[in-house]
Parts: sequence; C-alpha cells; structure tokens
Amino acid sequence: MKTRLATMAVAAVMAAGPVMADLVFPSLSYRTGPYAAGGIPFADGYADYFTLLNERDGGIGGVPVRVPECETGYNTEKGVECYESTKGEGSLVYQPLSTGITYQLIPKVTADGIPLHTMGYGRTSAANGEVFSHVFNYPANYWNGASVGINHLLDINDGDLSGKSVALVYHNSAYGKEPIRTLEELSEKHGYELSLLPVDHPGQEQKSQWLQIRRNQPDYVIMYGWGVMNQVAIQEAANIRFPMENFIGIWWSGAEHDVTPAGDAADGYKAITFHNVGSDFPIFEDIQEHVVDKGLAAGAGDQIGKVLYNRGLYAAMLAAEAAKTAQEMHDTADITPAMMRDGMEALEVTEELMTELGMPNFGPSFSVSCENHGGPGLGGITQWDASAGEWSLITDFMESDKEVIQPLIKADSEAYAEEAGVEMRCN
Amino acid sequence: MFYREAGDFKTSYVDDGQTFPIKFDRYRYYFVLFVAFAIVPLLVNDYWVNAIFLPFLIYSIAAIGLNILVGYCGQVSLGTGGFMAVGAYACYKFMTGMDIWIGGVQYALPPINIFFSVILAGFVTAFVGLLFGLPSLRIKGFYLAVATLAAQFFLVWLFNKWSWAYNYSASGQINAPEREIFGVAITGPSTEAWATYLFCLVFATLTALVARNLTRGSVGRKWMAIRDMDIAAEIIGVNPLRAKLSAFAVSSFYVGIAGALFFAVYLGAVEVGEAFGIQKSFIVLFMVIIGGLGSIFGSFAGAAFLVLLPVLLKLMLADQAQSISPVANVFGWLFLALFAISAIMFLVSAVRSRSIISTSALYWLGASIATFIIYALTIGGMGWPTDIVAHLQFVIVGALIIIFLVAEPHGLAQLWRVSKEKLRLWPFPH
Repeated sequence: MKTRLATMAVAAVMAAGPVMADLVFPSLSYRTGPYAAGGIPFADGYADYFTLLNERDGGIGGVPVRVPECETGYNTEKGVECYESTKGEGSLVYQPLSTGITYQLIPKVTADGIPLHTMGYGRTSAANGEVFSHVFNYPANYWNGASVGINHLLDINDGDLSGKSVALVYHNSAYGKEPIRTLEELSEKHGYELSLLPVDHPGQEQKSQWLQIRRNQPDYVIMYGWGVMNQVAIQEAANIRFPMENFIGIWWSGAEHDVTPAGDAADGYKAITFHNVGSDFPIFEDIQEHVVDKGLAAGAGDQIGKVLYNRGLYAAMLAAEAAKTAQEMHDTADITPAMMRDGMEALEVTEELMTELGMPNFGPSFSVSCENHGGPGLGGITQWDASAGEWSLITDFMESDKEVIQPLIKADSEAYAEEAGVEMRCN
Repeated sequence: MFYREAGDFKTSYVDDGQTFPIKFDRYRYYFVLFVAFAIVPLLVNDYWVNAIFLPFLIYSIAAIGLNILVGYCGQVSLGTGGFMAVGAYACYKFMTGMDIWIGGVQYALPPINIFFSVILAGFVTAFVGLLFGLPSLRIKGFYLAVATLAAQFFLVWLFNKWSWAYNYSASGQINAPEREIFGVAITGPSTEAWATYLFCLVFATLTALVARNLTRGSVGRKWMAIRDMDIAAEIIGVNPLRAKLSAFAVSSFYVGIAGALFFAVYLGAVEVGEAFGIQKSFIVLFMVIIGGLGSIFGSFAGAAFLVLLPVLLKLMLADQAQSISPVANVFGWLFLALFAISAIMFLVSAVRSRSIISTSALYWLGASIATFIIYALTIGGMGWPTDIVAHLQFVIVGALIIIFLVAEPHGLAQLWRVSKEKLRLWPFPH
C-alpha cells in the first residue's frame, strides 16, 4: 500500500510539472445580476485578448498570461471578496467595471501597491496622478464624456447653445451623479438650461421622468445609464416620440443590447465613445483564427465585435501594452504590480502601435504621465443605424473642455487628498 | 455523560440564574470566547477577515437587532437596510466632524473617536427607529411590514438626496477616513486584519451579551408577552407603548451599530442605494428566520449560514488551483472514490426503498454531499465558469432555505436545542 501511494505521488508530481510564473490579470466580471448584459461582453473581450496573446505570441514578452475570473454581480461586498481572494496571486492590475467597487478599491489598492485601471468610469478626479498614485482612468473619464457631448451639441448648433435646454437622465448613484457638476459649469459657460432627472436603481420604472421630458420638451437629453435602465429609457423616449438624434448617451449607454429592444424606433440614437466600434479591424481575423477557431473564446463566444466587447478588448490591449512597457523599463519579463504601475504611468499609445497591433484608429493616441493619469480625454460620437443593426462612428475623436474640467479635477482630488491625508507626488 | 446538570450545585441565586447553567456549556462558551479573542487574531489574514469574519460579525449584530424586534417582540420589520444606512451615515458624520448650521452660523463638532462614533450612530438610529416604530401602536402584521418598508425606501431616498449627509461630495459616496484606537488603525486602507476583526468582535460580543440579558429580564419578558398576545399582555399590566417602542429603539440601536461597522470598518466606502437597498433588509430577515426567531445563538447561526455558504460554494466550484500538491492529489482521488461510492449507495437505497426521503437514502445523500465538498476543497475548486456557479449559488441557497423551513421551521437554533437535549441523555437515552 505504502509503495503504491508513493508511486502515485511521484506520478502526480511528474504530471503537475514545474510551476510556471505567469502574469496575472484578474477579471472582476459580472455575468449575472441586473447589469450582466453589459458585463458579459466586456469580460469576454478582456479574456479573449489575453487568450489571443497566449496563443499567438506565447504571452507578453514570453511570459504566459493568466486571467482568473471572479464573479462580482456588480455587488460591492462580492467585489471585496474577489479582490481579497485574487490579490495574493500577484495580480498586476484590477479593472472592476463598477464605480461602487472602484471607490472601495481606491484606498485598498494604494495601500497594497497594486494599480487600478478604471477606463471611463470610477472616480473621475483619479485623473490627477499627483494625488492618486495607483489609480488610472485613461483615456477618458465621465467629465470628458459630458463635455464631449456638449461639444457635439455646440457643433450641430453652430457653436451656440444659449437658450437651449438640456436634460440629464442619470442613474441615481455615484456613477450617475458624476457629470452633474461639469454640466452645471458648462451650462454657465454656454448658456443652456440644465434640468436633472434621477432614475433609481435598477431603472425599470422611468414613466415619471419621461413624462416630465414630454411636458418640458427639452431640446436635448443626455443620459448616464447602465444596465436595464438604458433599454427602458430608449424605449420610453421612443414612446413619447422624442427625436432620437437629440438623445445622447454616455459610453455606458451605447451598446447593441441597449437599442435593439426599441427596434426601428431607436434609429438615430447617439452615444459618446472613447474607442472605435465594429469588427472591421485586422485583429478580429487573428481572434477568429487563434481564439474562436480553437474553441477558446470566452463565454458563449457570441459577443465578438459588439461595442462593449471592443471596450474589453481595448482595456486588455492597454493593460498588455503597459505590461510590455513595464518589462522594457525594468528589463525583466516577470513583472510585479509595482513595475506594472510604472509601466502604466509611462504608457504611450501611438497610431503606429495600434496599427501594428491590428487596431488602426481603434482609440485616440495618447501618453500617460506622473501628473496626468487621465489621458487626453478625447471622445467621439457614435450613432445607431437600426436598419443595418450597427453602430458607426460619426465624428472624429474630439477634445473636451479642459478649461472647465481641469479645475474641477484639481479641486475634487485635492479635497480627497486632504480628507485621506495623501501627500502630493510628482515633484 | 459530560453534558448534565447533575453534580453541578448552585449555592446562590446568581448562580442559578446564569445564562449557561450547565458546566460543560459554560466552559464551551469560555473556550469559544478564548479562541475568538486570543487565537483567531493571530491566525487571520486579509482574506479571512474581509471575506468571512467581518461580514459574519456585522451581520450577526444586525440579525440580533432584527431578532429582538421580530423574534422577541413580534413586530415585523422590512426596514433593516434603511436603518443600517442611518447608522452608516451617522457614523460618517460623527467621525468626520458633524457640522450644524443654526441661523446661518456653522457649528462643527470635532471628529469623534471611531468607537464612540459607532455607539453614537447606534443612538441616532435608535431615535429614528423609534419614530418609525410609532405606527406599530396602531397596526400589526402585514400592515406594519408595509410601514417599515416605507422607512426603507424613504431613508435610502433621503441619503441620496440630502447632500449634508454625505458632506456635499460630488458623487454622493461616503468614504471612511483613517481613524485609530490606541494608535492602531481601525478604518481606512492601511488597517491590519486582526485590528478590524477585534474591533468588530468586541462590538459583537458586547451587543450579544446585552441582548441576551435584556431578553432574559423583565424587558424581554414584556416583549415576549406582547409577541404572544398583545391584548393579554396589556391586561396583565404590560404597557404596549413602552414595550413596542423600546423594542424598536433597542433593535434599531443594534442595526445602526451594524450599519456603522458595515460602512466604516468592512467596506470603507458605500453608496446608499447599492449597499443599503431592500435586499439588505431581506437578507437580514432571512438570517433571522433561518437562524431561529427569538434566539441570540440563532442570529449568529443564521448570519454564519448566509455569509459562509456563498463563499464556500465559490471556493468549491468556481476557484481553480494552479498547482495541486501530490498529497492533495492522492486525497482528491480518495475523496472522489468515496463520493462515487456514496452516490451509488444513495441511488441503490433510493431504488430499494422506492423513496428518496427514506432514512438510508438521506444518509447516503448527506454522505455524498459531504464527500463532494471535501473533494472539491481538497483539489482547490472545480474551476467551473463563474456565471454558472453564480446561478447555482442562487439555486442552492434558495433550495436550502426552503428545505430548512419545511424540515425545521424554528431554524438552526432549534436544531441546536434538540441536539443539546439529546446530549443531556447521552449515552443512556432511556
């Protein structure tokens, strides 16, 4: 008996083989719960890009990538559990895709020395790298989004919004409240009238808000919604025959599943974005060849090329490039979270790099610095074509109003620094 | 044999009236306290504290609070989430320095020590609970449940709307700044696992002690009299106004403390709609019902059940070990074989007795579940897709709640009571 156990043990050791150190990019995803429709494509895109790197290039810099997934259900308590259970594995960067979880993780990751990348969500003032050492929100944040939306309205109104009225329909949470201050400042500057219409979680009931819109007849509606709230809002807008081309959603309110329930009535609905849409990029051929055809696609594999899938892909690409930068900076393939942070801070994304990766014009070219963790804050406008069933980018990536946003970021981050006792960096 | 009254002589009334009259029970209780206070803090790491111990202790306090109201006084409440929010926001205001505007002049309290902030938050919540308890003097049962449901929605709305409560921050989030006790950080990012654990443990122990003694004394007896039949209670001299309102106040005090700890120590940042929504009220109510109405131990058991079960399922099913040690591998095969045997035996006995709920089939079912759990934990998790596991969690937790309520409507506490009765006679049951 003893000898048999020993042989089994030896066989087991040989089967297991040497433990490979790999680069860990945990995915705090949500494939269940009220926001799953948005969480699934993002998680799929994030996982597929790393699978592609493993299959095609053998990982990043020769080191294989591992993407342990942890289900948060958009719930902060589960998010904490996920963070604590994965942080010990050498996790390089966290991307929780939830503003609530982000607020919780900001102090924790800073204390633990792990970078946090909240691309287009989270705490906007984290763009100030002088205060937030481990938090990044490049290439764009909520306030850029609000400003890009207003800039687009300026464009179609020949630069004059005075006397116009804009209504903000927002998710009544930290996320939805983010743009209010920016939109108020911008309304003073451009002379439009702003009205605020909060929608409570999860947002299935919006009759009263849209009744108010029907009564007050605002010229434009901007929406900061997520999950089922988007579909309901677009359906309600269609019901009151609000002109869709005057209805602009933030990037979290502009995916296929948000507009399809309203059918043809959603035609012309616009959304702000910070990356390109569609599957007309060379990288998708690689994904087909190395990921899908090998049966390695994450999830059900039916999300490829959707807006939020592309966002997950883009997030993974930026993370992988930051890891490469870190590998070059520290001259080692096996990087630590601290090195990853340096890599993110030194990240430079150029058009040549994106073309080389098979993603030409997929996002704006930008560079991150110690002071600026928020990137350039460029955004474009996409529009939904219901008959073709696809989103298309109708503008270039344009500047947001830095004059208004920068002082707000500075004020909010300095207030945080004072409250949390953070010392300024980058001097 | 060990668990008996015989030979344990009480020579004073104090001895006779103590919580644990049986010597074995008493020593077990001291042992649990000793382990919790002296051993666990030495062993815990961030994961154990943040994923298991803190939620367990905090939910226990909330469940004790709700148990006082629902289990002891018989007043149904669905406002627990809202009252936890009051505790959290009150604690936030106290720990950051409460500012009050009177006639255009701002008066500000200095930031108060976190321990006292939590206690004060409890008192604020007690006051709010008292206000929302007033309808209980006129209405009962479902109607009262609806009134407290209104409290839940009103309070969440209030803390979303009232920017003073979250210090006018742009996002409406509240963040716990770093606060210390005796130079040890209790809140904020750079806390040690043992410190936050001990802080919550002190609160859980104190609140449980007070609750146990309240419910054994005249106050608790009045509550129970009201619960059993309020008219009869009134006739024998229990003042329903004082009894009901005191139950609401004490219950809310506990729930408020739980909310304050939940925000300040456990999560560190909350948003009222997400953290203190209606689902919080339900989960605490589930804890009370599964644990056992009218039992302090039941509150702990219910909280443990609902906190630990999802974590256990996740560790079993969703996780995947990167490398398995040869020893674990061998044991894994062993447990897998045991699981296969018990599963086959379950099928055999179910077919033989033509019933799934026959005694032998149930034994084998239990054995196969146990061996599967051990197998999954030994090999470090099954590595199933996370969404399937998340859905399975809902199914399993829901099914267990139903099975529990059918098999033992009085909850885990009743199981505990029954096993104690059996222990008392063991090993000579006749």
